[in-house]
Amino acid sequence: MQGTDPAVVKKAIRTYGIVGGLLLLFTVITVAVNQVHLAVPLAITVALIIATIKGSMVASIFMHLSHEKKWIYGALILTVMFFVVLIMLPNLTVSDTIGTVSPYTATAEHGAHTAEK
Amino acid sequence: MEIPYTVEPRPDSGLANGKLGVWLFLASEVMLFGALFSTYILLRVGAIEWPHGELNVWLGAVNTVILICSSVTMVVAWAQLKMGKFAKGRIYVIVTAGLALVFLVNKYFEYASHFARGEGPWHSTFLAIYFTLTGLHGLHILGGIVVMAYLVGPGAKLWHRNSEQYTNRVEYTGLYWHFVDLVWIFLFPVLYLL
Repeated sequence: MQGTDPAVVKKAIRTYGIVGGLLLLFTVITVAVNQVHLAVPLAITVALIIATIKGSMVASIFMHLSHEKKWIYGALILTVMFFVVLIMLPNLTVSDTIGTVSPYTATAEHGAHTAEK
Repeated sequence: MEIPYTVEPRPDSGLANGKLGVWLFLASEVMLFGALFSTYILLRVGAIEWPHGELNVWLGAVNTVILICSSVTMVVAWAQLKMGKFAKGRIYVIVTAGLALVFLVNKYFEYASHFARGEGPWHSTFLAIYFTLTGLHGLHILGGIVVMAYLVGPGAKLWHRNSEQYTNRVEYTGLYWHFVDLVWIFLFPVLYLL
């Protein structure tokens, strides 16, 4: 919020009320969608999209991220980068093949053994 | 010696020290909860079966509503202080702390019903990650209540000495509080609905 002009602050309070109402509405939608019993992948997608919209509203309006200084944006961009790596870690453990025999190598070695015999 | 840049912004960053400090703290919090969310994904993807409908959705939804309302009251408290209305601002902080307390009471009943059925964290992988995530989140709620109690209690004296610094403190507490709300916005669908 820029300045402390009472008119500006009162307008901001109205905005906070509207955003609060929208957040409650999205919560109702999230629960209502859950009652429909969608297929799991679709349910996960819908729920996470709504949660992301709600999270963005909280961050941009309540935490005033829509008009912050570049130092804060810099710190947050760095955080998001590391956060993405953190979330991707389970994938890395799945794709890690060190110490395991890949199907290609196994087939090739089996072929070589058969040829020797 | 007086601590510099508690109210006036630093010339290099354009921010008061406290604000940048809180945001850096929140960045570390993102990594803390991020690690646990990552663990949740790993456990869920690796599980043959994942329980569904074990938690009370309505209690979770009520707690979501409570936290959203508390976020609104917190930001309105700061706006009131910005207009110089100390009494109103203080009341809104008290309401926020009260809502936080109601959230914890709900959580207590939820935990109690699980333990009454012998469903502690040892019962299943799902409940282990559920208690870890919601327990850590609950501790953050408790921390918020302690800070708010200080702000409306002994910490309120600062308003009479330096009202701008007090308003900034409420703003920083608000940033933390909105983050706690934001984490719950993701915890609710992930644990209760999916």
